[in-house]
Parts: sequence; C-alpha cells; structure tokens
Amino acid sequence: MRFLRHKTHFDFLGDTRRKIALGISAIVIAVSIASLATRGLEFGIDFTGGILLEVGYPEAANLGSIRSNLADAGFEDAQVLRFGADTDVLVRLPPQDGVNPDELREQLRATVAVGTPGVDWRRVEFVSPQVGEELTERGGLAMIIAMLLIFVYVMIRFQWKFAAGAVTALAHDVIVTVGFFSLFGFSFDLTVVAAVLAVIGYSLNDTVVAFDRIRENFFKLRGVSAQESMNTSINEMLARTIITGVTTLFVLVALLLLGGESIAPFSIALIIGIIVGTYSSIWTASATALALGVNAQDLLEPVKDPDLIDDLP
Amino acid sequence: MYRYPVWLNTLVLVVVLTGILFALPNIYGSAPAVQLANADATPITETRLSNFVRSIEGDGVTPEASYIVDGRAVIRFNSVEDQQRSGERLRERYEQDTNVALTLAPRTPEWVRDMGLNPMSLGLDLRGGVYVLLEVDMDTAINNRLQGYEQDFDERLREARIRHRVDLDNQIITIRLTRVEDTEVARQIIITSDPNVIIGDGTDGKTLTVRMTEAQVKERQDFAIEQNMTTLRNRVDQLGVAEPLVQRQGVDRIVVQLPGVQDPTELEKILTATATLEFRLVDQSGDTPGSRSYPGRTGEASAILKREVIASGDEIVDAGFTYTSDGQPAVSITLDSAGGERMLATTRDNVGKPMSTLFIEWREEDVVRGGRTEKRKVKTEEIINTATIQGVFKNRFQITGLTPIEGRDLAVLLRAGALAAPVYKVDERTIGPSLGQDNIDRGFRAIQIGFLAVIVFMAVYYRWFGMIANVALFSNLVFITAVLSMVGASLTLPGIAGIVLTVGMAVDANVLIFERIREEIAAGEQPQAAIHSGYEKALSSIADANITTLIAAIVLLAFGTGPVKGFAITLMIGILTSMFTAIVGTRAIVNLIFGGRKISSVPV
Repeated sequence: MRFLRHKTHFDFLGDTRRKIALGISAIVIAVSIASLATRGLEFGIDFTGGILLEVGYPEAANLGSIRSNLADAGFEDAQVLRFGADTDVLVRLPPQDGVNPDELREQLRATVAVGTPGVDWRRVEFVSPQVGEELTERGGLAMIIAMLLIFVYVMIRFQWKFAAGAVTALAHDVIVTVGFFSLFGFSFDLTVVAAVLAVIGYSLNDTVVAFDRIRENFFKLRGVSAQESMNTSINEMLARTIITGVTTLFVLVALLLLGGESIAPFSIALIIGIIVGTYSSIWTASATALALGVNAQDLLEPVKDPDLIDDLP
Repeated sequence: MYRYPVWLNTLVLVVVLTGILFALPNIYGSAPAVQLANADATPITETRLSNFVRSIEGDGVTPEASYIVDGRAVIRFNSVEDQQRSGERLRERYEQDTNVALTLAPRTPEWVRDMGLNPMSLGLDLRGGVYVLLEVDMDTAINNRLQGYEQDFDERLREARIRHRVDLDNQIITIRLTRVEDTEVARQIIITSDPNVIIGDGTDGKTLTVRMTEAQVKERQDFAIEQNMTTLRNRVDQLGVAEPLVQRQGVDRIVVQLPGVQDPTELEKILTATATLEFRLVDQSGDTPGSRSYPGRTGEASAILKREVIASGDEIVDAGFTYTSDGQPAVSITLDSAGGERMLATTRDNVGKPMSTLFIEWREEDVVRGGRTEKRKVKTEEIINTATIQGVFKNRFQITGLTPIEGRDLAVLLRAGALAAPVYKVDERTIGPSLGQDNIDRGFRAIQIGFLAVIVFMAVYYRWFGMIANVALFSNLVFITAVLSMVGASLTLPGIAGIVLTVGMAVDANVLIFERIREEIAAGEQPQAAIHSGYEKALSSIADANITTLIAAIVLLAFGTGPVKGFAITLMIGILTSMFTAIVGTRAIVNLIFGGRKISSVPV
C-alpha cells in the first residue's frame, strides 16, 4: 500500500510558499507570546505549591455543597473541579501562610468528606512553593542545555547553518506548544514539561532526517540550486514524514482517550508538538538553513570525506 | 547473497532469549501479601514460617503461597480481605519481635524466583503510597561541626595557657588573643588540631580567623546527608513498611517513599523528630566562659551547664528502655568508643560533681515578620536529669528523669540514631490504591490499543516487511520490560507514556528503511541489492535522529525530578532497544527469510 502513488514534486520551499509559511509562523508565535505575556500559564501545584486533593465520592458529587462547606470552614480560595468521572472531584488550594501544613491537610480532608462516608482518597499532595521555583529554574535550564548540546551535535555532523535551522525550529515548537497551553488555559504541570522536551526530541528527529537527505542530495544532484535540491529531498522524505507522524499520533490519541485525566495534558502537549514539529522541520528548519545561504560547498569544507563519516553508526 | 555470519545470528538469538527471560516475571501479576521480618534482622527460618502459616490457617484463611525471600517471610493471599485479616492477626501475635507489613507480592512461580528474577517494581503513582521530600538543614549541620572546632580550639589554647576569646559567627571562628606574641603559637595549635582549615589574620596582629575549606564543607554536608539517610532508614524500618525507599536527591534533599502507606501523619512524627541528647557537666562556679543556664523539664531544676559536650546523640550506639533497681523508668545508653573515652576521662576527674542530660528537639514554627510569614527553626533545650557522678563509668550507663512513655519514645529515637541535622518536609504526595489501579489499567489499555493500531497499519502498509517490523516492535516492548526489571527501575505513569512514545518512534526507524528500499527498487535496483542498500543508506539517518533524541533524554534524566525522570528513563531505554531491534533485529529476520535465495520482488 502507498499513500503517494507517484513521486511528488511539491514546491515546498518556493519563494511565495516560504513567505506564506513565514507569515503563518510569525502570527502563531506572536499570538503565543502575547498569550504567555498577558494570560500566562495555568501552572499546576508542581509549580505554584499548595495543596491538592483528588477525591472519589461514592455517588455523583455535588460541587456546590463541597464549595460552600469549604468556604464555611475558611477555605474561600479553594478551587473545586470535576475530574473525569461524575464522582471524582479535584480540590486545589494555594499555599497557605502561617498554618501547620499537617493540621491544614487534616482539616481539609475532614471538610471535604463531611456528610459523605466512604470517600476514596485518591490523591493528596502538598507541595511547598519553594520546590516549584526550583522546578521552573531546572526546567528552563534543561531546555537551554538540551538545545545547546543539540546545536553542537548538528554542527559537528552537518554545519552551523543547519544547526541554526534545527535550533530555530525547536524554539518555534516550544513557543507554539507552550503558547497553546496558555491560550486554552490547560493545566501546565511537570508531565507537560516532559512532553515539551519529548517534542524537542521528536521534532529534531524529523529535522535531522530531512537534513540527512538534503546533505546526500547536495552531493548527488550536481548543478542544481540549493533550493531545488532541498525541495527534492523533502519530497523524497514526504511518505516517511507522513507515516511516522500518523503512527505516532495513533498511540498518542489512544493515550489521550484512554490514559485517564492525569495524563491528558501530557498527551495534548505531544499531539500539538508533533504536528507543529512536522511543520517546522520543513518550513522552519530547512527554510532557515536556506535563508542563511546554505549550499553544497558548506558541507565539503569541514568534512573531508563525507562518505566515511556517513558509515559511522 | 546477504546472510548474517553465525556469530551475529547467535548474538541476536542470545539477546532475544535473555530479554524474554528477564521480562518473564512480569506476566504473572501480583497478589496481596503480608511480609514478615525479624525485628533483629536475622533471617526468618522455615520453622518460623510454618508457625506463621499455621496461625493463619487456624483462623480459617488459606494462603495462596508462602515462602522466604532474602530472609523475609512472604505470605500471599487470594483476596485483600484475607490479607487484611491475617495481617492484623499476625501483628497481634508476633509484634514484639517481628515487623509485619502489608504489601503486594509478585505471583512468580518458584523456579523463576529461585533464579533471582524479579518483575519491574511499580512506582507509587501505580501502586499507591506516600512520597515525602525532605530538606536537610545544612546550616545547622555546618554549625554543629564548627562548634566542635570552637570547643576544641578553646580547650587546646587553655591547656597552652594562652589568654584568648573564641567566637563563632556567620560560619567563621574568630580567636582574639590578648598578647601579640601568642599569635604564632596559637596558629600552630590550630594547625595541629586540623591542618586543613583556612586560617586568616586579623588587622591587629593578635586576631585569627578560622574557616572550613569548601572541601570540608562539602564533606560535612555529605556526612550529614548520609547519616540522616541511615537514621531515616532505621526509623522507616521500624514502621513495618515493605520495600521502603530512602534516597538522596541533589545536594540537600532526601526522598522517602513508602509504598502502601495511606496515612502520612503516621510517619510524620518519626521522620521529622530530631530529638537528641547531650551530656554536660554542671558549672558549679557559674562563671566559666561559655557556660549557660538551661531550663529544666517540669519538676526538674534549671542549671548552668558548661559548654563542653561530653557525649552527644550521634555517639549513642544503643539505647533501651528499662527500670532502675528502685523502680524508676530509665533509658540505658551505650556510647561508641570516642564518646566512651571522653565519658571515662570526665567521670574520672569529676567524681562527686553533678552532670546533666540535656534533651534537644527541633521544631518548625511559623513567625510573622514584617507582614510576611516565614518558617523558623526552633530549638528547644531542656534538662531532663541532673545526677551526681557516683563513680567512674565509660560507655554504659543509665539516665532517669523521664515518664515511662517519654522513656520508651526516647529509646526508640536514640536507637534508630539521631539525625545529624534537622530535616523539613518540602513536598508530600499520597496516592490512594484505587487511583494507582486506575492508572495501571488505563495506561496498559492505552498501550494495547495504540500498539494494535500501529501493528495493523504496518502490516497493511508494508505487507511482509511490515510483519517483520511488528515482530521487532513487540520485541522492543519485551526488551524495555526486561531492562526495567533488570536494573530494578520502577515503572511510573510518565514511564508508560515514555513507552508509548517509543513505540511510535520505533516505527520510524523501520519506516526509514522500508521507504529507502522502495526508493532503491524504483531506481531499478535488483531485489537483494535494494534491501541491502536500503538498510545501509537509512543507517545514518536513523543514527543521527536517535542520537539527538538520546541527547534530549539524557538532559531530562540529569535535570529532571520525579515524573520527568521516570519518563526519561523509559525513553532512553526505548531509544537504545529500538535501535537494536530496527537495525540489527529486523535485518536478521530479513536475511533469514530472503537472504539465502533469489527473489523476484521485495514484499515491501
């Protein structure tokens, strides 16, 4: 079976197409950054600190009465949400000042369970705000270090113009994915950070595979412009790009639909990231390298015998 | 003709068989169980095990299986009710000398157990339990050490009859001498005491400052963490929890995981209690420099105590609750050799003089300062007992002045060891067992469905080669399971997500190869040559793509905590195993099927 019966000859990197793609990217990034700047992210308690209870009631829960019970007990700032099933409720409380966390937790548990015996304590989490600050720092640091190492690797294996293209594409993917979470107000927790980093991995995978073919064609197709040569490469890899994207989406959609409420933000981040990552490997990574004036000569200089290097695993 | 040499085929076979063997324990599932261990850490004997079993059967419960693993008895049950009931009974009957813990035990058959093979362990998010992240108060740890130096310098200078004053402020010890001539002698004394400390000169020529080097500070921090971890391990063991985990995280944090525990308050007391003792002489003159007045516990007189600590809690090697001959509750103490030596020297010189036992406890308290609430560490010091030294003693003695309950608690705390520095809880998560089960069910369902979709797609799209890729994908799952079981890493929910992502990405390597083979055929290559160059040419793309993803996974592993780490581990293992299965594994099968003969077309 084949999706593409014949060789495709789409002009992916044609001048107008590139301008359109640049326009789309610019708008999406502008919206993402604007949303991040104004709305910010709906950080989970991993980052903000605070107390979180996931409660399973024996019968469908009455959110209104839980809210008023909490307010009566002095927890006016408690958030009460339904979590998946009718019987499951999430109670979130920002970090409390000047209260012993253990007493607070017990008081909260008693209030939430009032009048309903047989409550199932599915999850009780207490996180100090200090941990959240460190997580943000470490997450940011991890992102920067990952990008730096990747830049170095691509520079060694290819050339700096490619490396610049790859890292630009990664930054693009991260901003758009995180921007999506901000725009739609999805909860941004630690698992989403893992997902964003996985997106970096996936998008990079896609970009590097494309670069690999571009390098090959730079040597094979003599007397052809860099733009044409890159276009041919992307067309040759099109079937692979579609199939890998589709199979990965299969499992991620399964994870989103069946994996349960707590893994949903993770799945959403990856699904967005994979769509954006596939787009960016063509119109951000390759286009950036092209805009930087990449050509066959660039690859000849640093690597004396490209065939020899090619054979290394 | 393209065939693998015999050694390469053998290697693939050996790897596959090893993978299957290590993954095997995971297919049996687990059952509710009770784990029993002797409190004195000696192994449980077969006779004792059969006693346990007989005692349960006497209540009308038939265990599913019973055996001994690592000196601990494991009794498996058919239902949670049986487990709960029997656990309670066993606890009632054997509590005095046995730690009884409820747990989940793998249902692996005896021959698998005998080979030492274990299933991968499940993370707390999948089995339920309590997770606590503790922070060790490093400033106190360093200051305790510096106080030791301060005391030591003070003593040595006094012995050398040099007039001086010693102060400790902001982690710097300042020694002010009365005479300039003494400076060099004092310097020598400090060097003799510890040649490594950094000695600085004051401006007036008769002041010396002493600081610990970075290496010493780090060493002290490591010591504090290590010692706290040992202590916490001991205390957690006394809680009777199966498979507890106490692990260092970063510079100053300790992770404690207690699978199966549902009430975090239960361990609260035992984890954060930092009670310790100090033995000091009473300053009868009342004006020795450094002496201070300490309050007495209810019914006990306050007293001025000398600054020198004869022995402290971390020198106590054993403690037990007992009664004195006249019926008073008492704690019997055994000191280590250094503490014993000092106790001997002190009691020899001070017979007839009073000595006090100082009880020290740290608590965390909230204070409002300038409208902001801050946490402050509060140290409570109380004299619990002052007694006249009746005779010379060394490392074994008794202290009195406590109620029976306090005595028992103190003995437990002292026996488990004192914490070298106070710890504070920064993060606590309790996951109920029902959520854990839900997470497992849903996670595995998602894997199954996603996996099925991919397999069907690959078989339809790439026909025979697709089937070969499916074999590789399946082996990949087996390998990930095997590696996780082998290294003893635990599987978490993000870990499952990592596996799902790996399945998606493992397909990519196969797709790259197969698309390349199609291209080669389209370019007019002969079938065998097309297969061969398809594999050859796809190799560099696969390697580059996987290495870059591996870089991201390693960075995640290095910087991530908790869930991020769990994800990174499975992703990393998955990338490595998928490279093996896609490049070497499928090639071996392809060579085996198509390699030895002439083929007219490639079923790809």
